[in-house]
Parts: sequence; structure tokens; C-alpha cells
Amino acid sequence: MSGPFAFTLALGDDALIAAQRLAEWTTRAPEMEEDIALANIALDQLGSARLLLTYAGELEGAGRDEDALAFLRDDREFRNCLLVELPNGDFAVTMAKLLALSAYQLPLYTALAGCADERLAAIGGKARKESAYHLDHAALWVKRLGDGTEESHRRMQAGIDQVWPYVHELFAAQPEAPVDPATLRGEFDATVAAVLAEATLAAPQSGWTPAGGRDGVHTEHLSYLLAEMQVLHRAHPGARW
Amino acid sequence: MVDPEIRVVTIADLGILRAVEEDPVTGRVVVTITPTYTGCPAMDVIRADIRRALAAAGHPDAEVRTVHSPAWSTDWITDAGRAKLAAAGTAPPAPVRRDGVVPLTLSVRCPRCGSPETEQLSRFGSTACKALWRCRACSEPFDQVKTL
Repeated sequence: MSGPFAFTLALGDDALIAAQRLAEWTTRAPEMEEDIALANIALDQLGSARLLLTYAGELEGAGRDEDALAFLRDDREFRNCLLVELPNGDFAVTMAKLLALSAYQLPLYTALAGCADERLAAIGGKARKESAYHLDHAALWVKRLGDGTEESHRRMQAGIDQVWPYVHELFAAQPEAPVDPATLRGEFDATVAAVLAEATLAAPQSGWTPAGGRDGVHTEHLSYLLAEMQVLHRAHPGARW
Repeated sequence: MVDPEIRVVTIADLGILRAVEEDPVTGRVVVTITPTYTGCPAMDVIRADIRRALAAAGHPDAEVRTVHSPAWSTDWITDAGRAKLAAAGTAPPAPVRRDGVVPLTLSVRCPRCGSPETEQLSRFGSTACKALWRCRACSEPFDQVKTL
């Protein structure tokens, strides 16, 4: 992956697929407040996705707008990381995913806010404030569940262990990109280590490091997600509310 | 023009309205707005309301521009806007800390009875920009505009 288009597309796809997954919790969260929380976080992700995909379309210069990029690409054309397409699992898995995603997006958007590309800087400056709130929310839940009952601790640890192999892909070096994700790893590790320590959770061991999302090689879960997300637009091209 | 979701304040009170200018050459009115949150679903309605208001005022060809930088902050809500929010039972946001310290909301005063004995019920609320609180003194639940 290289060039501003591919970079912007990948970040937009991360946000879009995360939004779609989080929205699956609507009406199914453990309590009403959490239902509203997850829907609001999904809405923030969707907002970032729209800005990033619109800009990616302009960078590409082939006339594709946000809708064309979101609804008219197949799985192999998506550049999101595998982390965001993984199924929600139980609530602990979802919080483990949100912790990893927000602990990555916060330093990423913060660095983008100071980059030379004015459009990406504007998006980063706006989205980082929202990411900070998402990180705060995920950290609260990881601590509450990890340092909770024996059962909540067991499930939170299982969630972290299940999700962890997928975080390494986020930090693959891209020296030419507006922000090299490899430079964000230190802050990410420090943020997560502090949360896990307070949550009385064990730091996951490094081992298997699946990747491929940035090259369009996805898990089988993405196709099903896209089928649901895209069906209306593809069945009724150009339909409007 | 009032905000479509918080109907007691105007878009100017909220700091969403950034500029209203007239193009010196074409005479066209250009209105610049910025969203509170990136995904705020009220933006389409706000754009439509602005166009309708300007058309009614004799500017059918007005242009509405959306900008994202500098990013909206609750510090842009005017004093009049804060007073209107409080009068309508919504607690206004605290000032944003600029010293790099993680913001910690120590106390939100109840907009009904003024008591600082309040508790947060939900970190997210009925719109992207609000959280839900409850007053322990008068038992009234209330919205708070989240500090951003």
C-alpha cells in the first residue's frame, strides 16, 4: 500500500467497517445506556468514514464519491484492517476491539492533525476528540469487567487474548505515508498496558500476527458484513430517502 | 435559526455558524458552518434550513459551505447559548482544559435546582453532543452538553 489515496482509503475503510459492526449492537446491548453509547460511537466512526472516503475519492480522481466507495466495491477492494471486520463476539470481545481501535486511532488522528495535508489534518483534528472519548469508554469497561467478578474477568481476558493477534497489522510500517503507523506503536502499547494493569488483566503474549487487510486479503467475515451493508444500494441504485 | 435537535438555541449560539459573507462579485450569499461531531445527523437539516431561510430573505442562490477545521469546541457556545441551555434544563459544558491534562468532570450542577450533587447515568445521550445525568437532590434527570 502506498500513496495518499491508498492511505486515506484504508483509514476510511477502518472507520466504515467499525461503524457497521458497532451498529449491529443497536437494540442488543446489555443495557440501554450501552445501546446508546455503541450507536453513538458507530455514528462518530461513520462521520469520519464519510469525510475520509469523500477525500479518497477526490484523491483518486476517477469520479467515485463516498457512496460509490462504500457500496460498490467488493471485499477484495476494501483496505480496512482485519480487526474491525471480526465478529462482535460477546460484549467483552467488543470492548477489547474498541480498546485496540481507539488506542490506535487516537494517536493516528492526533498525528494527522499536524501533517502537511490540509484535508487530512482537518479530519484528524476533529476525529481525535471523538477517539479520545471512545478510548475512555472502552477503558472504563475493560477495567470494570477485568477487575469485576471471576466470570467477567475470565471473559474480558478471553476477549483481549482473542483480539490481540490482529493489532499488529495496524502498525505495519509505511514510511511514505502522511503518518507512518509504525511510529504510533509506542503510545499504543503504553496506553493499553496501563489499562490492562488497572484491569488486573494479563498482557497478551505475542505470537500469531495475521495480516492482509491492507492488501485486500480479508477474513470470511467481511463478505457477509458487506452483503448486509450494500444490499439496499445495489438493489436500488441511486435510491434516496 | 434554531438548531433542529436542540431547539432552544440558535446555530450561532452553538458556534456551528462560522461566517456569513456576500461574494463581492456575484452578490451571492455564502454561509459557512461546521459540525459539532463528524457524524452529526442534523447537518443535512441545518443546511436545508439555512437555504430555506435565505431563500425567504431574497437569496435563492445562497451557498452553504461545511468546514472541519478548526474543529468545533464547546468553548464556542456563547454565553447567551449557555444561559438558554440551562434555562431549558440542559446543563452547559465545562470549559475545555488546554494544558494536556485528561479532562475530569468533577461536578455538573443540576440545571433545575442548582445542586452539585449529581451523577452521570450515561456517557452518551439523545444526541451525539450530549450525556445523561441525574440530580441526587431533586431526582430530576437532565441532559449535559459534553465538553469537547
